[in-house]
Amino acid sequence: MSKKELLSKIGLRLDGRRAHELRRIRCKLGVFTEPDGSAYMEQGLTKVLAAVYGPHQVRGSKSKAQHDNVVINCQFSMAVFSTTDRKKRPRGDRKSTELSMHLQQALESVIKTELYPWSQIDVYVEVLHADGGIYPACVNAATLALIDAGIPLKEYVCACTASLANNDVPMVDISHQEEVLGGPTLTIAALPMSGKIVLMEMSQRFHLDHLDKVMNKALQGCKDIRRILDEAVRLHVRDVGSATGWALAT
Amino acid sequence: MFTTKTFIKKTRIGHFLKHVREHYIRDDISCGFRSCEKCNPVESFLSPNHHNKCALFNYDHYIILDTNVILDQMDVLEEAPIGNVIILHTVITEVKHRSLPIYKRLFTLIENPSKHFYIFTNDHHKDTYIEQLDGELVNDYNDRCIRKACSWYMEHLPNEKFILLTEDVNNRNIAIEEGITACSIFPYVKHMNDNAVLEDKLSRKEIYLDKDARDLFPPHLNNVQLLNGIKEGTLYQGTFRASRDNFLEGFVNVEALEDQVLVQGRTGLNRAVDGDVVVVELFDKSDWISPSDIILEDEGTVEDVEEIEQKEKQLKETTTKKGEIKPTGKVVGIIRRKWRQYCGILQGGLEGVYQLFVPADRSIPKIRIETRQAEFLKTQKLIVTIDSWPRYSRYPHGHFVRALGKIGDQSTENEVILLEHDVPHSQFSEEVLSCLPKLPWIITDEDLQKRVDLRDLDICSVDPPGCTDIDDALHCREVGDHLEVGVHIADVSHFIRPYTALDLEAQSRGTTVYLVNKRIDMVPNLLSSNLCSLRGGEERFAFSCIWEMDKKANILNTRFHKSIIKSKKAMTYEEAQMTIDDKSKNDNIAKSLRYLLMLSKILKKGRLDNGALVLASPEVKIMMDSETMEPLDIEVKKMFETMSMVEEFMLLANISVAEKILQDFPECACLRRHPVPPSSNFDPLIKAGRHLGLEINVESGKELAKSLDEAVKPDNPFLNTMIRILATRCMLQAVYFASGTMQKEDYFHYGLAVPLYTHFTSPIRRYADIIVHRLLAVSCGSDVTYPDLLDKAKTSEICQNLNYRNRMAQYAGRASIAFNTHLFFKGKLQDEQGYILYVRKNALQVLIPKYGLESTLYLARKGESSDIFEYNEEDQTQRAKDVVLHAFDPVKVRLSLNSDNIQHEKFVLQLVSPYIEGFSVPPIEEMDTSETNIESGKKRKKDGNEKKSKSKKNSKNTN
Ligand SMILES: [Zn+2]
Repeated sequence: MSKKELLSKIGLRLDGRRAHELRRIRCKLGVFTEPDGSAYMEQGLTKVLAAVYGPHQVRGSKSKAQHDNVVINCQFSMAVFSTTDRKKRPRGDRKSTELSMHLQQALESVIKTELYPWSQIDVYVEVLHADGGIYPACVNAATLALIDAGIPLKEYVCACTASLANNDVPMVDISHQEEVLGGPTLTIAALPMSGKIVLMEMSQRFHLDHLDKVMNKALQGCKDIRRILDEAVRLHVRDVGSATGWALAT
Repeated sequence: MFTTKTFIKKTRIGHFLKHVREHYIRDDISCGFRSCEKCNPVESFLSPNHHNKCALFNYDHYIILDTNVILDQMDVLEEAPIGNVIILHTVITEVKHRSLPIYKRLFTLIENPSKHFYIFTNDHHKDTYIEQLDGELVNDYNDRCIRKACSWYMEHLPNEKFILLTEDVNNRNIAIEEGITACSIFPYVKHMNDNAVLEDKLSRKEIYLDKDARDLFPPHLNNVQLLNGIKEGTLYQGTFRASRDNFLEGFVNVEALEDQVLVQGRTGLNRAVDGDVVVVELFDKSDWISPSDIILEDEGTVEDVEEIEQKEKQLKETTTKKGEIKPTGKVVGIIRRKWRQYCGILQGGLEGVYQLFVPADRSIPKIRIETRQAEFLKTQKLIVTIDSWPRYSRYPHGHFVRALGKIGDQSTENEVILLEHDVPHSQFSEEVLSCLPKLPWIITDEDLQKRVDLRDLDICSVDPPGCTDIDDALHCREVGDHLEVGVHIADVSHFIRPYTALDLEAQSRGTTVYLVNKRIDMVPNLLSSNLCSLRGGEERFAFSCIWEMDKKANILNTRFHKSIIKSKKAMTYEEAQMTIDDKSKNDNIAKSLRYLLMLSKILKKGRLDNGALVLASPEVKIMMDSETMEPLDIEVKKMFETMSMVEEFMLLANISVAEKILQDFPECACLRRHPVPPSSNFDPLIKAGRHLGLEINVESGKELAKSLDEAVKPDNPFLNTMIRILATRCMLQAVYFASGTMQKEDYFHYGLAVPLYTHFTSPIRRYADIIVHRLLAVSCGSDVTYPDLLDKAKTSEICQNLNYRNRMAQYAGRASIAFNTHLFFKGKLQDEQGYILYVRKNALQVLIPKYGLESTLYLARKGESSDIFEYNEEDQTQRAKDVVLHAFDPVKVRLSLNSDNIQHEKFVLQLVSPYIEGFSVPPIEEMDTSETNIESGKKRKKDGNEKKSKSKKNSKNTN
């Protein structure tokens, strides 16, 4: 086997997780005061900040404005110090543009866009540290920031990666080390409550035989993440609410 | 469980990059004891019923091993008395890093329930994880981790006893201070019950024979010096290859240099063993020499220094600075040892526990071992491994691993051949056999629906006599103006499904290996000789490749499908030939064969016109006495037209299939290529041709084929064959590869002169064909893909294994023929017709086609030059008065076997004709009428003994 074993014979991954375990997630809503909504998200060592402005009038060219929908504008960027090699990343390089588009696609699926015709929502995400699974962390952070901004959502949108260990066992939430050593990675953004998949991307081809189990794993990951996000949101609401007194009733 | 994990950062600094990785600490890792109530139950082979019995510790105990014990003492650990061992994850990581082969063996042990091993993941356990301190060396940190785990076990299970085995004195002492029972493995094993066998297997790094023993070898540079030297370009890294003929000479293949680096003498080789990755320092150009052309054999015993010094002197005297000067240097250090296990015997004549082991592989030095069963081992073939090679020791130190059987027994020799060539040959496991179809095997309606029914066709198979694994069958019939030709190949992939134990076993074996009296099957006998074998008169599944051709053998269309066939007859080449030749026979089979033969001739001509090479290597067949399994006679295989008839259609099928699978699977098709040899490979051939006044053009395969055809001399009918044999040796090996890993122009098959080729026609005995069958089955919609089939990296990995297995199988087959040829000649004396292959300074290399045998006829004693013969290096001739011997000249030689060295019995050749006064021997008929009179054989041998000879049976066939 030329590829490194990602799952030891006793069933532990290189960092000590089991195949079905997510990395540790830490998140916080309302980390900034200036934007309408903001969130900080840690998935393992991947750290992301998200900020939401809006809804507000369409800025710049008015022709973008839509009569029945809100325009969602996503901007993805990576901090210079976010990876091991500190290279300068120009805003709007191919990778950033692609990630921005994918982020927009995921968010459009949950925002009740019809509520804000002729308006625009801006979502900015910045990766502070990258250790695999950048896109999922961005989606999850953006979801929290949208909630913080009080924008009506149909439900949570969560994203997660999955891959195959030792060409056989599906494993969830892939770290950078596993991405580099392992095979193809599948990224899914989903609405975990209804089970709908809104975006799916593969770094390489999967064999059809494997796709199902890897996809299910990623979906399960999304559901697990939702639970954690939900808890964080409830906690945040309680904190904010207790200050104003109305949350005490619950 | 998930949220309670503590989080610790781990950093690794290198190349000015800071890597930060997560490291999770868990609370769900079990100690592995079934009786424990504190931990989660987990699968574990630790067992209270196994008892480690060591007199030093008068109680039942569990063993915890340090890395150094695993790395050095694997042979002891594999023995049954040692069990109930806890392997720490820290140790596994270290072992994996240090030696992959040991790591693999360790896992075989861990997975074996009867060894009672258990892996404890100490580095992720919340109580045994410790952080590396600032400035703490990795080694010290690992030792601390191991001790921490020991203490934890003692605390966790106060009723059990644990013993840490470690060779690291420092670690042992600290452990004892901390209250851990720690011990070295040497006293431990010495005090075990039944320790005699175990003790022999202990690997000893240091054996002090004589405190004042002087150093025989210069020291090696340390790693830092080596790496700096390589970086600065003053030193070169490469693989050391020892000479088989001269124990004081070898070459280092340096990638950075065009030429190999010659190393000579004790200081030049400096303890490098064949295969080691070494570092060499080049001498000044003025000190470069040419390789010696003498043969030197290590005749030393134990620490016999004088002998080696004398040999070195001899070597120095014969080395010249003339001729082909090679870059010369000396080994200054060793990057990686490639020591493995070696087959061989003990050198006789030594008393006591220190014995000298003589490996069968001549490129490996003798090995010193310590044993208490020397008298028994002297009768045995055994396996020994090297442990170390200190400076003061003439020979490397090693230890006994196991005995294979009595020297000279057929079964022992087969075992040796299989082991030396790394041929997997154990019985098929129960798990593998359980994948076989149940008997009676019935063809179901479902099978019939999926397959084209060809049972009515007059299909027949043509094979060598005695063939029981029939892969292929053929048919040909008229369809309108055209001919329909079908090649039907056993549908092995129907029975061998991906990922089953059967599939993995076949994949690992890669090929069936044929020894003279033994066949080591790639798949179990039920498949190879029954269900897959296309026997006459039986209904079988086949994969058919069917062409429509016109009568000029132009292919009009090709189709592939799975089918059911019923071969009308399984014929031998001879039978098929007779059927064709017998004009009175006019049945469908005879007609079919005649058409096939006619078409095959056209195909062959087309192929040859295209530049395909016809190479030659004498193939011999050994007739065995079926009862005693002793060789009765040796004969060169007979040739029939029908052989090339079958071959042509197999080639055609392989080519057609290659095109098809490449078209459908451009990335992961398993193909076979034969690289164009570098032009320097042809130098010996060109030179040999030039001496005969023949110009051999090697610019392209086509030119070479033409030159070979023209290399004919009426006075020497065998000359053409000889030239072809030489040409064969210039070739490279053909290899399997995954299409996505190569450029299209490199797919070329040089020998066959076709742009695309693969193996489709022998799935019973070659695994590559099974892969190709699976690809083709997907192409024609009769099967589905599976992940590994479409993974070019995986295919490439399989191909590499197959290439290795094939090469080894080929060598093993030749070694078996050589052994049986020796057995046949034991005590015989014969005069045979031979031909000179090469002319050397003190010898002639002679080929005896009748036995496919190549051997050396010495013209002078070792290290001396002849006073009868005069060597002409320019013309490559030897002259004795008015007789001149050229390459390719016919000679008559007397053949006998010298069994002085039972591991390397050698053929002794003596010249009979042309008659040279004072050198040649008279023909046998004149002195004795009986050819095989053993008495006279022995008598003659005494006379002939002075001239040492060696057989070099292994020709370098490359096809
Ligand atoms: Zn326990």
